[in-house]
Amino acid sequence: MSQPLSQPTADGATATDLRAAIDAALAAGHAGRARALLGRLWAAAPTPATAPFVVSRFDRLRGQVPLVPCRLAVLRSFTVEPLVPLVKAQALVGGIDLEARLGDFDTVTQEVIDPASWVYGFAPTAIVIATQARDVAPLLWRDFADAAPADVDDEVARVARHYRHLVATLRSRTDAHVIVHNWQVPPAPALGLLDGRSGGGQVEAIRRVNGALAEVARESRNVYALDYDALIARHGAARWEDPRKWATVRLPVAADNLVHVAREWLRFLHPITGRVCKCLVTDLDNTLWGGVIGEDGMDGIKLDDSAAGAPFRAVQRAILDLHRRGVILAIASKNNPDDARQAIERHTGMILRPDHFAVVRANWDDKATSLRAIAAELNIGIDSLAFIDDNPVERQWVAEQVPEVTVIDLPADPLGYADALRTAPVFERLTLTDEDRGRGRMYAEQRLRAELSAGAGSLEDFYRSLDMRAEIAPVSPATLPRVAQLTQKTNQFNLTTRRYTEAQVAELAADPACRVWTLKVVDRMGDNGLVGVAITRLSGDRCEVDTLLLSCRVIGRTVETAFLAHVAADARARGARVLAGWFVPTAKNAPAKSFYADHGFTAAREQDGATLWERDLTAGPGPDCPPWVALTVA
Amino acid sequence: MPTADSEIFQVVSDVLNVPLAQVTPATSPATVEGWDSVQHLNLVLALESALGLSLEPEDIEKMQSVAGILAVVRAKGG
Repeated sequence: MSQPLSQPTADGATATDLRAAIDAALAAGHAGRARALLGRLWAAAPTPATAPFVVSRFDRLRGQVPLVPCRLAVLRSFTVEPLVPLVKAQALVGGIDLEARLGDFDTVTQEVIDPASWVYGFAPTAIVIATQARDVAPLLWRDFADAAPADVDDEVARVARHYRHLVATLRSRTDAHVIVHNWQVPPAPALGLLDGRSGGGQVEAIRRVNGALAEVARESRNVYALDYDALIARHGAARWEDPRKWATVRLPVAADNLVHVAREWLRFLHPITGRVCKCLVTDLDNTLWGGVIGEDGMDGIKLDDSAAGAPFRAVQRAILDLHRRGVILAIASKNNPDDARQAIERHTGMILRPDHFAVVRANWDDKATSLRAIAAELNIGIDSLAFIDDNPVERQWVAEQVPEVTVIDLPADPLGYADALRTAPVFERLTLTDEDRGRGRMYAEQRLRAELSAGAGSLEDFYRSLDMRAEIAPVSPATLPRVAQLTQKTNQFNLTTRRYTEAQVAELAADPACRVWTLKVVDRMGDNGLVGVAITRLSGDRCEVDTLLLSCRVIGRTVETAFLAHVAADARARGARVLAGWFVPTAKNAPAKSFYADHGFTAAREQDGATLWERDLTAGPGPDCPPWVALTVA
Repeated sequence: MPTADSEIFQVVSDVLNVPLAQVTPATSPATVEGWDSVQHLNLVLALESALGLSLEPEDIEKMQSVAGILAVVRAKGG
């Protein structure tokens, strides 16, 4: 749709206002804000008129915002020049700095075959081959009605052979990813209704070509078929082309549809350049359901198949699809945690349930803080996060405060939310490896470990099969929030259940008598992240364990023994003769009850139901790290 | 200046990468270095999408300066 400059965007700002705000932000040196506003402008008006503005403003931001370089070679049989500014704008808004170079008009074959061709000198990241039947196989297009069936078969076979040869040549000379457009099926076949009647029609001929292209792509490394026919169909064949532009300048795409081609290319270029997100962080109120749970309550929020609820059911289904593709899910919501939990667990309209989410942060923190905490907890880069929120103010805040996060623009109407997610290029993958799945599905990993446990001959074999690595390090500014959070939320394997704020942990870490250790566990199924905390205090020749806890993710895998071995070794190194620690029973920490007894400690005294355990460090070595855990200390 | 005029100036400025203040009715391929046939096509498409117009080949031929563009758009009732 055309979008005159003075039209308001979803949240009321006009494109003209946004341009002024962008230039003001640039003048004031607010790179993050300028970038966020450029994203909004582009989302509101992705047109040939806006593209050069966006590109020229990003030129001034280069070096100040994260951009991944990408060199794109375009070999084509038709005019694509007007696409270039749109592809660049679309790429820049998504964090990709695209340099495009176009081949000559309809010289695809020569440019591929000639070893001295510019294509190879240009060293492209990706190569697009964009041709059409009417340009390179007129017999299958304009002249179809004149062709004998045998000629049609020959032509289809020739085209298939030709593309196989082109792709093989490219593959032998460059590692660039290759994206091959397939061909539009004729909207008005030469034989009209008769086309499909007798077999061997025109539509079928083009489909056979497309089938052959898909096969070539499947069989070749880093070669992909771009379904151009489906792209046109999605946006409407009847309005795809401006016939005047085809007749005059050989441009087969109307001005307002150029952006669709640009976006389709970017769907490939995002995963090709690694500009993808591992985790989707979503808001709750008015994003996953209609209404506000804290105000409207379980019965008031909209989450059924009615007109009010259906858009939110659709968005949940889209998110579930992403999850099944390997995307980790998390929640950042300004909400009372109990309200949020209750709705996710019990609302009958929910499609997403607690076990789909790796992290739920329902609190009153600002969303930038929540996003940082989510990245830390999942132990992934903040640039691996994508964020959706119905509130444009929250989106703008996050885009400005944490520019590494991909903020997905949602339209004003919730009916468009699902589509915005389904078309977000940061969730595209060109291959889905087992590793991706493992990374994305923490709970699936847990299940896998349980299955492995059931199938293993002995517990020891199971432990060995996990290839566990325990990485122990002193707490750092980067891990401090996670340490405090673990002390606050860990209930099961927690010997003393002492809750600490970040400030208190920092205080302990600064105390020369104390040590605050963190434990990361990596195993065959993936990185479990920071899953354990130990705090010790030396007093004379006694070292007391103030806190020792493990996330439930790694309970029952002997990493606690590895952790204790390190704590004991450290205590010895600091001159301790006795290692001591309290076990303070709670309603939930039974899993840790026998920890000290199991590791050679003896009960020294009892107080208020708690037991003080001690182990003489001078009586002999140990406790030892289990042989199946590789221990590293930073 | 009517709204369409200011939008035309803005589009010319954006597409040809000329500061808005320097765009005048006399701006033409002779005064702007980058105004070649590719940029002319980009300009036409940008104007079509910004103004919601469809420009005919004979319109495009007349658009050899900003004054020419203004005249064509006015004739189309833009």
